[in-house]
Amino acid sequence: MIKRLLPLAIFLALVGLLGFGIHWNQHHEMFEVPSPLIGKPAPEFTLPLLYEPEKTLSRKDLLGAPYLLNVFGSWCPTCQFEHPILTGQIKPLGIKLIGLDWKDEPEDAKRWIAQFGNPYDVLITDRDGRAGIDFGVYMAPETFLVDAQGVVRYKRIGMFTPENIRDELLPKIVELTGKTAP
Amino acid sequence: MKSAIGRIAAIVFLIALGTSTVHAIDPLPFKDRAEEVRFQQLTRQLRCLVCQNQDLADSDADLAKDLRKQVFDLMRNGKSDDEIKQYLVARYNDFVLYDPPLKPGTWLLWFTPLVLVLIGAIVLLRILRQRARQALATAQSGALRSNQTSSGEDDW
Repeated sequence: MIKRLLPLAIFLALVGLLGFGIHWNQHHEMFEVPSPLIGKPAPEFTLPLLYEPEKTLSRKDLLGAPYLLNVFGSWCPTCQFEHPILTGQIKPLGIKLIGLDWKDEPEDAKRWIAQFGNPYDVLITDRDGRAGIDFGVYMAPETFLVDAQGVVRYKRIGMFTPENIRDELLPKIVELTGKTAP
Repeated sequence: MKSAIGRIAAIVFLIALGTSTVHAIDPLPFKDRAEEVRFQQLTRQLRCLVCQNQDLADSDADLAKDLRKQVFDLMRNGKSDDEIKQYLVARYNDFVLYDPPLKPGTWLLWFTPLVLVLIGAIVLLRILRQRARQALATAQSGALRSNQTSSGEDDW
């Protein structure tokens, strides 16, 4: 009896395995590489401001309050899709939003901001992409949540959606600021 | 007339060929052949993050070019291969290595094939033994039958 049922059991095990594979792929992005920076201090950087290139912003300047670092570029189509979400859903959260213009010409970035609007509190430029490499950036947009002590708490690879703002970002921000959702 | 067109076509073809080889890879100022070989070997062990099934040596992605440059600069700064790998792992995770390190998090990756082969071997062994036993049994019963038919000649 058991021997007769064995092929069926193996078949069901296979169905289970493949079903799990489909389920997993629906809830995970295959291209996502989990960041080794989570729970570690954000990398050091000192980068020029987009609108005042003679001034710089560094990691140290940002200590004391949590912030979001959004890596984007005027060359990046997904960033364009994410832009209204930054304006409409992230900015109202009240957390400081830093825009890191990655591997981009400042003039192109300025044109892009002029065209779509500026949701950022500060814009900095990483023209040669070195700071981006230090942050482990490999595809824009990417967003890092850094706490008041300068520790990376969360990273989003790809654009924000209303779902992952609600389920992932917002709980982390609430945890950091102690404020409830607006 | 025809040969003139042919000659122009040949020249255009040769120019295209020439430029394509020039653009094949970004030229880095290697000081000697040994350095270039080391660079090639190292970048072949590293994964391009953008096109994730290509190594860093092969990829034409913009970020891959930046990372090649970075690897080159680190080599020039006297960093060892392991230090360069560590530099990239600290930023991009073990995923950047084509040969993932053996540690508790990767045990499943490393040992699953071995476990599967072992299970297969055990199953195969059991089936073979069972068949051998069956073959022996039928051979014995066959021998018994032949003994019964050729009555009298008992050789055991």
